[in-house]
Amino acid sequence: MTLTQQESAPNAGQPDGRIVVHELTKVFHGNIRAVDHLSFNVEPGSITGFLGPNGAGKTTTLRMLATLLSPDGGEATVAGVDLRRSPGEVRRRIGYVAQGGCTWDEVSAREELVYQARLYGVDKTEARTRAEQAVKAFQLDTFADRLCKTYSGGQRRRVDVALGVIHQPSVVFLDEPTTGLDPQSRVHMWDEVRRLRDEGMTVFITTHYLEEADALCDRIAIMDNGLLVAEGTSAELKREIAGDVVTVGLNGAIEKAVELLSDEPYVAKVEALDDSVRLYVDAGATAIPHILRTLDGAGVTLGSIELHRPSLDDVFLAKTGRSLRESAEGV
Amino acid sequence: MKLVRDTWLVFTRQMTLVLRNPVWLIVGLMQPVYFLLLFGPLLKNALRMSAEDAYRFFVPGLLVQLAMFGTLFVGFGLIAELRAGVIERMRVTPVSRLSLLLGRSLRDMVTLLVQAILLTVLALPFGLTVRIGDLLLALALLALIALMLSAISYALALKLRSEDALAPLMNAVSMPVLLLSGILLPLSGWLRSVGDWNPFTYAVDASRALFAGDPGNSSVWKALVITTALAVAAATWAARSFARSVR
Repeated sequence: MTLTQQESAPNAGQPDGRIVVHELTKVFHGNIRAVDHLSFNVEPGSITGFLGPNGAGKTTTLRMLATLLSPDGGEATVAGVDLRRSPGEVRRRIGYVAQGGCTWDEVSAREELVYQARLYGVDKTEARTRAEQAVKAFQLDTFADRLCKTYSGGQRRRVDVALGVIHQPSVVFLDEPTTGLDPQSRVHMWDEVRRLRDEGMTVFITTHYLEEADALCDRIAIMDNGLLVAEGTSAELKREIAGDVVTVGLNGAIEKAVELLSDEPYVAKVEALDDSVRLYVDAGATAIPHILRTLDGAGVTLGSIELHRPSLDDVFLAKTGRSLRESAEGV
Repeated sequence: MKLVRDTWLVFTRQMTLVLRNPVWLIVGLMQPVYFLLLFGPLLKNALRMSAEDAYRFFVPGLLVQLAMFGTLFVGFGLIAELRAGVIERMRVTPVSRLSLLLGRSLRDMVTLLVQAILLTVLALPFGLTVRIGDLLLALALLALIALMLSAISYALALKLRSEDALAPLMNAVSMPVLLLSGILLPLSGWLRSVGDWNPFTYAVDASRALFAGDPGNSSVWKALVITTALAVAAATWAARSFARSVR
């Protein structure tokens, strides 16, 4: 028995970091389906990102998987343990870092780390050792003994994550780990997240940043209105959109442009945005002269024209009919 | 015992925070000290008592008042912790839910006892006398009140999650309870009949009996039984609130 466990475990001493979710559902106020029959699997030792606008149900899903909310339907296995049957055992195996942070202003990061370790049942000496290890691993040395209220946003966030993994869980949930951070701190946080994955942890993050999902996540699940609309690696998702994307910036006359271009044989699909039109075409380089001619001939003035490979935003747009950038800005 | 260990862990952390800013312990004592200095002298004439009798009547009630107002508002601290995300962080750990409450209530009981002893010492120059055994019994009663009211305060804080809602609610409930307990002046007439339904009336009567050197008075055991029962009920309710949505 012990032997088979050791053989199947990717890391000695760490339980299975797999997450299996089946038809998970959460209903608020009787009729708002925040999460609607959600099913997906997360492979151990990977970084999986939930991408979607605010209100898509990402945080609700995370809170259910972290035992903070009880599901109204469906089931899930987190780190090899049935979520609904043994939430206490799930808690031992997971870490959770909330969106809004979790440190208390009047204590230092080191005090928080020692206390957090002790909440998992270890004695004082062991807790101090673990806190010291965390301070080193997350490079908190320069400020670990100052009070938390003196920290910058990036420092605070690193402490949050260090607290979430002080007990070396096999799965860690990070809710919007980089929201509100400056670009440098964000990249620093990405490095920390990759390090956790490389140590064998399953990392599950939510984000509404396309770049973050693209750069950081091994697999991406796109969520909208409580539903999973697409799932796969970044490359797989983009491959679903054949060809190139041409974005034409316009000063008004959007509807007219859509009308004109929809009829063109080389255009696969047209999407109207606020001040631009997005065209999905087979070959962008040859399509651009045609686009210019068509619009110019009809007297539509172009502000700009841009050719690019499909991005995750194009995937989101294709799946939901909205741009994630616009959804995010609208909030 | 996990419960005892976890409770001690939560308590020591909370106590560390209190000791880091002990000035609040003193600020919490200001209200009863004002009553002692600025209201106490009036009682001597109002009640036509000797100064010693007046203080022996007034200070035991004042201690109950300190226990009420010193612990009824501890929920505010919890709301701040909820907002900082600290509570949620702890709820994801395997720490005992009951300990999250008991550790905090234990801190409230200890700080209250320190304040109660200080207030008693401050009242000694006014002619207050008390036997040490009676005082210990009175302090036990105060600690039970602190447990009950802090638990209620935490449970309401978890429910309301807003200082703006908690403050008026606490005032709306605590004022009539205070006035109907006979702390400031002895109750009489119909107020006495209503006051008989107020558990704090028994606590005040018991406290007075103890300071009068009469621990055999029936109000003492009645108050201990009533307060213990209510404290257990309140702690159960609050512990459930802590565990709610997290089995």
